[in-house]
Amino acid sequence: MRMLAGLAAWIARTLAVILVIASVNFALVHAAPGDPAQVIAGQSGASDETLLRQLRAEYGLDKPYAVQLATYLGRVLRLDLGYSYRQQRPVLGLVLERLPATLLLTGTAFALALGFGILLGTLSGVRAGRWSDTLIGLVALVLYAMPVFWLGLMLVLVFSVQLEWLPAFGYRSVGAPLSPLGQVGDVLAHLVLPALSLAAVYLAVYARLMRTAIVEVAAQDYVKTARAKGLSRGRVIRDHMIRNAILPVVTVAGMQAGALVGGSVVVETVFAWPGLGRLVFEALNQRDYPVLLGLFLVMSVLVILINMLTDLLARLIDPRIGASARAA
Amino acid sequence: MNRRDFAKLALAAGAAGPIPFGITRAFGQTRGGILNTVIQPEPAILVSALNQQAPTLTVCGKIYESLLTYDFDLTPKPGMAQSWERSPDGLTYTFKLFPGITFHDGSPMTAEDVVFSVTKALMEAHARARGTFARLASAEAPDPLTVVFKLKAPFAPFLHAFDATTAPIISKALYENTDLRQNPNNARAIGTGPFKLKEWVKGSHIHLVRHEGYYRKGEPYLDEIYYRVIPDAASRAVALESGTIQLTQWNDVEAFDVPRLKALPNLDMTTKGYEFYAPHLWLEMNTRIAPMNDKRFRQAVLYAIDREALRKRVFFGLGKVATGPVSSKTRFYEPDVPKYEYAPAKAVALLDAMGLKPGADGKRVTLKYLVPPYGEMWQRVAEYVRQSLGKVGIDIVLEGIDVGGWAARCGNWEFEMSAPWTYQYGDPALGVSRSYIASNIRKGILFSNTSGYSNPEVDRLFEEAAVAQDDATRQKLYSQVQKILVEDAAVAWLMELDFPTFTDKHVRDLVVTGSGVNDTFARAYRA
Repeated sequence: MRMLAGLAAWIARTLAVILVIASVNFALVHAAPGDPAQVIAGQSGASDETLLRQLRAEYGLDKPYAVQLATYLGRVLRLDLGYSYRQQRPVLGLVLERLPATLLLTGTAFALALGFGILLGTLSGVRAGRWSDTLIGLVALVLYAMPVFWLGLMLVLVFSVQLEWLPAFGYRSVGAPLSPLGQVGDVLAHLVLPALSLAAVYLAVYARLMRTAIVEVAAQDYVKTARAKGLSRGRVIRDHMIRNAILPVVTVAGMQAGALVGGSVVVETVFAWPGLGRLVFEALNQRDYPVLLGLFLVMSVLVILINMLTDLLARLIDPRIGASARAA
Repeated sequence: MNRRDFAKLALAAGAAGPIPFGITRAFGQTRGGILNTVIQPEPAILVSALNQQAPTLTVCGKIYESLLTYDFDLTPKPGMAQSWERSPDGLTYTFKLFPGITFHDGSPMTAEDVVFSVTKALMEAHARARGTFARLASAEAPDPLTVVFKLKAPFAPFLHAFDATTAPIISKALYENTDLRQNPNNARAIGTGPFKLKEWVKGSHIHLVRHEGYYRKGEPYLDEIYYRVIPDAASRAVALESGTIQLTQWNDVEAFDVPRLKALPNLDMTTKGYEFYAPHLWLEMNTRIAPMNDKRFRQAVLYAIDREALRKRVFFGLGKVATGPVSSKTRFYEPDVPKYEYAPAKAVALLDAMGLKPGADGKRVTLKYLVPPYGEMWQRVAEYVRQSLGKVGIDIVLEGIDVGGWAARCGNWEFEMSAPWTYQYGDPALGVSRSYIASNIRKGILFSNTSGYSNPEVDRLFEEAAVAQDDATRQKLYSQVQKILVEDAAVAWLMELDFPTFTDKHVRDLVVTGSGVNDTFARAYRA
């Protein structure tokens, strides 16, 4: 019963947050100077009153602001994301079409960053002060300092242009009939460089975080106890140190997962990866309000979901969190 | 060439066909092949009658055709019309269409479709075409292969309004009595061009294939065209370098990459094929704001900018310094106009004479420059202008903005300086006069007379030239108006822009008209 009440409260809270986000998005998007009619005119090399009037009527921009906002929120509640007049398609379809590509890219990058970040951070932490620790720290610093687009371009220059190992852009080979298995391999080959570029910065962050946590944990009494009772070095690290050190990393990673989706704009642009990030960028440039608002909404829902997953994960790793929440 | 292409070529070479229309070259080695190129930004829809944004026009040039095409010197050539006639009074134009033209859905294209497109579809949805076709008194189709246009009053550039970007022909059967923008056929992109839409994977590529029913026998020579969406300029350059794509156009490649790419052995570069558009770049000064309302100030600006250095340093040698409002690529260009060589001393003298003295910090006046958000180039142009004008005491503050904001603020006159570039569309009456005549000072409308320049004499000359019957009279009037505008320094003309079209050495005959990469590619082939 208490759990059900908790769930209901959570849902109500989430809905309220989503509505607030939607209203703020709406206000922000409409506060930017210019509208879709003018953008289209600007790129058509000619314009007249008729064109502007037609386009504004089509977008509903001829109605008062409050009416536009009310219509929009009403639609959001009905899970209707609207219609892109520019692309002549429902927004939901546009978003769903691009969602898999973004999830694949950010998911892979996230897994890479977290996996290698934890691995490198642990290696570095247990060897604190030794040359391998310094080397890992140096690599992490370089990765962290490198702009994503530059790293992406360098990877392309080395692996696509010079070595010709991997494709430079796109998400699959165009115009090449492939077997189903070949298609999977094809997509994976296209995924390597963008995922690496996107993962680099986060990998560095997680590695540093993990190292600090490991160093801290290593000095704790229970680690000394574990060693004293004769556990192997591997088991001490795996069961006692990592398990305790990982929590801050997971918390930060959860918070950054949202940023990862946003950060993919640059990588998607450099690698012509047809994901949500690029759709955001294009919609913003074109003042395609319905698409822009729809994307913001989907992304905020994604962030909320990821935060929820992080919470659950944290409780799984450290049962004390759930217990203390219940006690309070 | 990869193995697959080779196999296709071999197949094509074996299949003998009739001699292609208008081609004297031996047949056999030209058919077949795939062209990979790039389109950026991705078009919103592929119906050029409804959307005239630059990338839409480039792709739609393969899908739709109009009655005419234009040579590099802008002489009309047959498009879907094989011949045409103008009545002596300049009011009636009769076009004879080629027989056997079909839409991609298999239905025949007739004079009725032309009349519908011009008088209904374009009048409703195409701002630029509306400007011309609003002058029609009537349009008729006496038989399926004949179209007769009657004008209310003579309009000299009428024959230059029938390129595929101004007057694309769409199907009456599919579009009549429908809401054009909501028509479900928009997704199918049904035209009469040599290539038809096969597949469009949003965010990835547009796939065009040969229209087997194309009326020019044997054409097109290519089997397929892929327009790939590659949003990053550096990635596009890499794709070109590595041979993944065989063509870039317009500003796909940034000017600073041009010298490097030009040196590559596998690529050819040309700047031909933009004559119909003749993009013209200028520094626009809002003449509603002092001191830009004083012609001496505007002249000083022209003297203060070393435009030849701009051409060499910023545009890496592409393009030509503009001498006045009409591009030398467009008809009725007048070279003999007042000259503004690079002379900072003259600029200083003019500014002093105006009483615009430098303050204690050396600045005479501070003006804001709205940087056009269309790429790295325009930022560099802005920085160059700021440096140049700073040397004569005109302080420039650069304002960054995105596409939507730029269009809104320029259209609404909420700018002090900016540097727009516009197309000339083959005739001063279509693409030049609009920026200078007082009747086109229209708030909210981009690419109208946004500087607010107004001169009754200029209005009169442009009006007379637009309706004059013979080219000699028109030349005289246009020469006169160019001299006045340049003397007045209505705006500070900077450059006749050239865009580099890079093609793989094995791709031939892509650029064959003044519309270049926006044309059909019907005779392009891979050697």
